[in-house]
Amino acid sequence: MRHLVSAADLSRDDALLLLDTAEELAQLSGRAVKKLPTLRGRTVVNLFFEDSTRTKTSFEVAEKRLSADVVNFAAKGSSVSKGESLKDTALTLQAMGADAVVIRHHASGAPARLAQSDWLHGSVINAGDGTHEHPTQALLDAFTMRRHLNPGLGHDLAGRRVTIVGDILHSRVARSNVLLLNTLGAEVTFVAPPTLLPIGIENWPCEVSYDLDSTLAKTDAVMMLRVQRERMNAAFFPTEREYSRRYGLNGNRMARLPEHAIVMHPGPMVRGMEITAEVADSPRCTVVEQVANGVSIRMAVLYLLLGGATLADTPRTESPETVA
Amino acid sequence: MSSYLIRNAQILGGAAQDIFISDGVIREIGTDLTGEADVDIDAHGLIALPGLVDLHTHLREPGREDAETVLTGTQAAAKGGFTAVHAMANTFPVADTAGVVEQVWRLGQAAGYCDVQPVGAVTVGLEGKKLAELGAMHDSAAAVRVFSDDGKCVDDAVIMRRALEYVKAFDGVVAQHAQEPRLTEGAQMNEGQVSGELGLGGWPAVAEEAIIARDVLLAAHVGSRLHVCHVSTAGSVEIIRWAKAKGWPVTAEVTPHHLLLTDELVRSYDAVYKVNPPLRTAEDVHALRMALADGTIDAVATDHAPHPMEDKECEWAAAAMGMVGLETALSVVQQAMVETGLLNWEGVADRMSHRPARIGRLAGHGRPVSVGEPANLVLFDPGYRGTVIPESFATRSRNTPYRGLELPGRVHATFLRGVPTVLAGELVEPGELA
Repeated sequence: MRHLVSAADLSRDDALLLLDTAEELAQLSGRAVKKLPTLRGRTVVNLFFEDSTRTKTSFEVAEKRLSADVVNFAAKGSSVSKGESLKDTALTLQAMGADAVVIRHHASGAPARLAQSDWLHGSVINAGDGTHEHPTQALLDAFTMRRHLNPGLGHDLAGRRVTIVGDILHSRVARSNVLLLNTLGAEVTFVAPPTLLPIGIENWPCEVSYDLDSTLAKTDAVMMLRVQRERMNAAFFPTEREYSRRYGLNGNRMARLPEHAIVMHPGPMVRGMEITAEVADSPRCTVVEQVANGVSIRMAVLYLLLGGATLADTPRTESPETVA
Repeated sequence: MSSYLIRNAQILGGAAQDIFISDGVIREIGTDLTGEADVDIDAHGLIALPGLVDLHTHLREPGREDAETVLTGTQAAAKGGFTAVHAMANTFPVADTAGVVEQVWRLGQAAGYCDVQPVGAVTVGLEGKKLAELGAMHDSAAAVRVFSDDGKCVDDAVIMRRALEYVKAFDGVVAQHAQEPRLTEGAQMNEGQVSGELGLGGWPAVAEEAIIARDVLLAAHVGSRLHVCHVSTAGSVEIIRWAKAKGWPVTAEVTPHHLLLTDELVRSYDAVYKVNPPLRTAEDVHALRMALADGTIDAVATDHAPHPMEDKECEWAAAAMGMVGLETALSVVQQAMVETGLLNWEGVADRMSHRPARIGRLAGHGRPVSVGEPANLVLFDPGYRGTVIPESFATRSRNTPYRGLELPGRVHATFLRGVPTVLAGELVEPGELA
């Protein structure tokens, strides 16, 4: 595998290898010196056409822990804002010797376009494209679920029931999650008002419900998606309060979940909208854990795409450099 | 002016006959003609059709000469077997005055490859607010009879009603780009299974169908001619079929690409497949073919829409909408309609020449291939098989969705009033157009 553009690019074996590798790499964060020499001398460019603090920081930490040379190429303040095309930006990065480009773009398909072009020879890693996909988010979500619901190397999510609630229509997180969770054997249910579900959803590999309450009792992990307030102005739902009443997760609703179930959120949360403070701050909520897991997953992605290594090659003993 | 003896051509796919042309007119048709001609053409295995007529092209001049000029656009038309094309009004400046339509008309005359019939804008600046001077455009040298805001929909029902009524005074027709604007805000592709998966803004079929339904009712109410541009959905076909059954004065066109391609191609995110209206589903393609076959859809029109490379070689959302189509139209129709048994060559002549000429009220085009008629002819080799190589096109742009695809058939020769514009598959040099 050279690129990671879509969660559909991952076979079950690929996905498990990534999760297992991330599990190994996660041990690193417990050490005083959190660095591996794996990507020393390799250049990774973070090409962000859209504002993102969390994802960009997460990738940057992951890249630095693997000793890559990290270049941040923000579209704002660069030639991109002066009208440079995606093609010319890619050719520029190629000329500078980028081994991998982590791309976040407001246009769906921009990473796919880069990966298919001959403008760049390095790996393309999709860090979120428009309303299309966000595969590393799906991986870190699966990683978090596995730790809670079926821990252990080599384990998948067979039979685990995942409910994803909110603006499915505009969510790249939902699209990548439904693909990866199916690959890993989980059962997915989307809950949203009908206006926030894409046309054709009946053919997706998931269940659909308009009623959150009836779904929660049969849920092992519930993922609350951010709902942007501006959607209200386009008549997707009448008011913030009505949305919150019908589709928000509060303490009462959380109590309907089975004992072992977890509450997830890709962030940033809109407290009081899709999730109340009571839920967000409860011990069942894995938001902060997801952020930490994001670093491990992104390390695993970079490690496997750029290192070309398999899990067996993962250094299990500390190299001199990490000890020093 | 040279005379030509075309030997053994199958007129509309019939038995081989000879055609003698001189002084721009078909003089004689028969077997083993013996008359003396300046040039003999062996048309064995070739089909003779009346020169094709396109109701819908974008020649981009004035304003976007980087994409196309009237000269290169009409050269592409000639290579595709066309002898007349309508040029849409969305140029810079917009063709909403007598001055601009006359300019385009004169550029066509000067080029000499194909008659260029300018289409006048319905509203000033294509803004949908105020009627353009439709009468002045009709009275100009360009003699405009087809009016369209193509690229934009005349969505205001009152403006549409008035335009339909007003052009009755000079037997005009309003060609509507049916697209309800509110339902298509941010639209990037057909709304359906694929758009949902790809996370691209949807262009729902209902946005086209709702406007067509309204417009056929308006046309019936005021008794005016309505033409529906680039019909793309099965639902639109049903509405037009219903309107025609009522006897209402409604005609419609379909593009070659909507007869062959589906929205599955968008999965590549390759913007060469981005077009408006968007590529639809296989069910829509099937319904469009059936409608063209049974005459519900009157004409094939290319919606030839050249764009420079940089407007396609980018992320999907940033890319321009449109495909070039003049040089591949007849081949696509052969593949989609003839080889499927839905249309014979007589039918092709009807849908690509007779009917579009009648809708546009073009005298001298879309005539039968018979003695005494103007010699607007195309000789087409249906046995040819070749791969589409955009670099060989005459159009200035390369945004074809058929790159590398094998398509049947090739235009061997095109005659415009007895003057060859294409011979042996090659354009005749401008200096030799006499």
